[in-house]
Amino acid sequence: MSSATAIAPNYELIQQDGLETSLLEVSMGPHHPSTHGVFRMDVKLDGETVVDLQPVFGYLHRNHEKLAENMSYLASMPFTDRLDYFNSMTNNWAYALAAEKLVEIEVPERAEYLRVIMAELTRLVNHVSLVGFFINDLGALGTPLLYAFREREKILDLFEQASGARMMCNYFRFGGLRNDVPEGWLDRARDVVDRFPDFLDEYEKLLCENEIILSRTQGVGNLSRELAISAGITGPMLRASGVNYDIRKVDKYSIYDRFLFRVPYSDGNVGDCYDRFMVRMLEMRESIGILKQALGGIGDGPVLGNAPKVFKPKPAEVYGRVEAPKGELGFYLIADGTPKPYRYRVRPPSLINLTVLRDMCLGQKVADAVIILGSIDIVLGEVDR
Amino acid sequence: MSLLGGGIFKGMAVTLRNFVGSYFYKDRLTTNDYSWRPSDKLPQRAGEYPKEEGEQLRDTTTVTNYSRNFPMLLHDGSEPMDTIRCVACQICERECPPQCIYIEKSTEKKENAGGKPQFFPATFDIDVSVCMSCQICVEVCPFDAIVMNSQFELSTPDRFGGLLLRRDDLLKSNGYYHKIHPEEATARDKRIAEEKAAKEAKKKAAAEAAKKMAEEKAKAEAEANEGTPDMEENTE
Amino acid sequence: MSHTVGHEPILGKFPGTNWDEKAGALVVPALQAKEIATWLRDNDAFLLDYCSNVTGVDYLECEVKEKVTKEDGTVETVTRTEPSRMDVVYHLYSMQKQTGPLVFKQRTKREQPEVESLTPVWRSCELQEREVFDLFGVNFKGHPDQRRILMWDEFEGHPMRKDYTEPFDYEWEPTPHDEILQKHQRGKVIV
Repeated sequence: MSSATAIAPNYELIQQDGLETSLLEVSMGPHHPSTHGVFRMDVKLDGETVVDLQPVFGYLHRNHEKLAENMSYLASMPFTDRLDYFNSMTNNWAYALAAEKLVEIEVPERAEYLRVIMAELTRLVNHVSLVGFFINDLGALGTPLLYAFREREKILDLFEQASGARMMCNYFRFGGLRNDVPEGWLDRARDVVDRFPDFLDEYEKLLCENEIILSRTQGVGNLSRELAISAGITGPMLRASGVNYDIRKVDKYSIYDRFLFRVPYSDGNVGDCYDRFMVRMLEMRESIGILKQALGGIGDGPVLGNAPKVFKPKPAEVYGRVEAPKGELGFYLIADGTPKPYRYRVRPPSLINLTVLRDMCLGQKVADAVIILGSIDIVLGEVDR
Repeated sequence: MSLLGGGIFKGMAVTLRNFVGSYFYKDRLTTNDYSWRPSDKLPQRAGEYPKEEGEQLRDTTTVTNYSRNFPMLLHDGSEPMDTIRCVACQICERECPPQCIYIEKSTEKKENAGGKPQFFPATFDIDVSVCMSCQICVEVCPFDAIVMNSQFELSTPDRFGGLLLRRDDLLKSNGYYHKIHPEEATARDKRIAEEKAAKEAKKKAAAEAAKKMAEEKAKAEAEANEGTPDMEENTE
Repeated sequence: MSHTVGHEPILGKFPGTNWDEKAGALVVPALQAKEIATWLRDNDAFLLDYCSNVTGVDYLECEVKEKVTKEDGTVETVTRTEPSRMDVVYHLYSMQKQTGPLVFKQRTKREQPEVESLTPVWRSCELQEREVFDLFGVNFKGHPDQRRILMWDEFEGHPMRKDYTEPFDYEWEPTPHDEILQKHQRGKVIV
């Protein structure tokens, strides 16, 4: 008994009739289907209740930062695609934003609009498939996930037409975009965006009132407001704990100050899995609003600013961050006057959101640990780098 | 939520609607058939794969008009090595992020598509097991010599040699490029033609300016020659 | 863009700190960091309750050429040796006041570096300081759970240090790619 309390001080071991019970240690993963990749949870169980949990990762580690420090600035752009492989567009953007601060390139207006369009489409892709995966973790195999993937496919087709690749887009450049979108692309994008709310209505009807989902997610994996702020949680997870903090609103990077949108956040009473699920559902509505405004306001013009042919910034230190679908994605660059960065650091939202996994899982059932992990929304390419 | 289980029934109505709807609307299908399509028509987006009975995937050149996977070298005419655009400048080799390109420059020059004697790649290898299809080589090439192919069926029983594409495997004609990426190829050709025209116009302007200058100079000289006797007269 | 945080009050309150104008960062001595960090988090003028990014930067000893203007107006290029050092960088924001970032650096020596852990102040440092320990070998005094995080436990060395050399790759097997890599290593291709 004393050993269990030493492991988890805020949990009291249930002892029945003086019966000596020992804890069960389970290693979930690294190839468990519920762990979203090669991720391991060392769980200590008392019956079905989690008394201790240690996340173990690094199986996908390739030292992305060291690689980037040994190549030119442009050459590490395609490697940023592989961080969070669901959202290559926002990864590109965060890196381009940081690098543009180093040399102060003016980004043309059309490029800014297209960047916003791509980022918001990415947010739709991420949230819609995350909701699918999350429901999949609950045990609803297939149906919601396949509906989500059906819609995701339409957006990936748009990405392919613009950049040539569906997931590893490598589309952003310092000072703009690699190329303009093909003719008729904007109309196709408008078509996809116009039809998306119908799908969301259907999706909400399918999921949001389902009694099984409600009883499995409400009150599970609570995260308090104070802990969320202290632990550096960002993105939808932070807003589900009742903090109104969105980098699009706070930093107003790019042209986000031109669009009218709201930031959905919960009242902060519980911050459970259901809140995190609902914040993402609501965020998709706002993304569609931004997309409609951006697709309406976009004008003609060049898409690449006067970027230098050889990217060789003067010695400086910058930190650029964007609101990626998973949270704050930041790039910290130190230039030393050579064509290679002296220090290149990625601030991965997935990794830092994992800080509170143990706190949220203690005292919950082991089946709920799977849901809580699913609601954090991690991608191992970014956690391990 | 007055009735217990009402939410579940609501959800089930949605799945029923999707199930029945999938017989009438292609949009409601959760799966797309990629493997069946006629070889002459290129699909524009997923779901546009008109299926014909009994026809299987034969042409593995491309999936859509926009897809990219591995680079190829362009040549303009019928004989690949006579009209190769690459001059073995090795910029792509330097810039390639995963370092998958290997170039050896030729020792002697040879006439290429531009009509000028140029170096050419004696060896040009791309290891497609390392290549990550990032398209950086295409962007940095100043000669429009390397573009992205979209041939996707590259499986081979030889793990090492089979995945190393040699120069002659990589050489493809401009016509093939037009076939797989029509929009991009047209835009690129237009740009090349414009640049060439601009260059020629500049050359012409420079030549004209030189001619004009020479004329003016001659005129000035003639004037000066004419002027000298007057001066002499004045001095007298 | 976010609103910057004024740094002058910090310099006045803590005499050991100084402001690195070139990097735009507050440099604090390694053993005073926790006190300053707690003050920054709780003081009403700052309320830096959110620590976004933690990372290490490794500086080798190097020679720096500098242009110095003398009293008589002549400009002279002076070469001086910059000593090696290790920085641990924190990017601090305030969620309540929506300000930031304040770049906060703990500076220490490069050999057997040791700094104070700020995990008791901000929980978000927990995994990131473990990462800095793993990749840079910085020892965090007061960290609750300092273990390797990305590399495996038996791994030797700290790969993000600038002088790290790769050990022999025991999984190596010949591929057609080798000659390309050798060419790059010979320095024929300069990136």
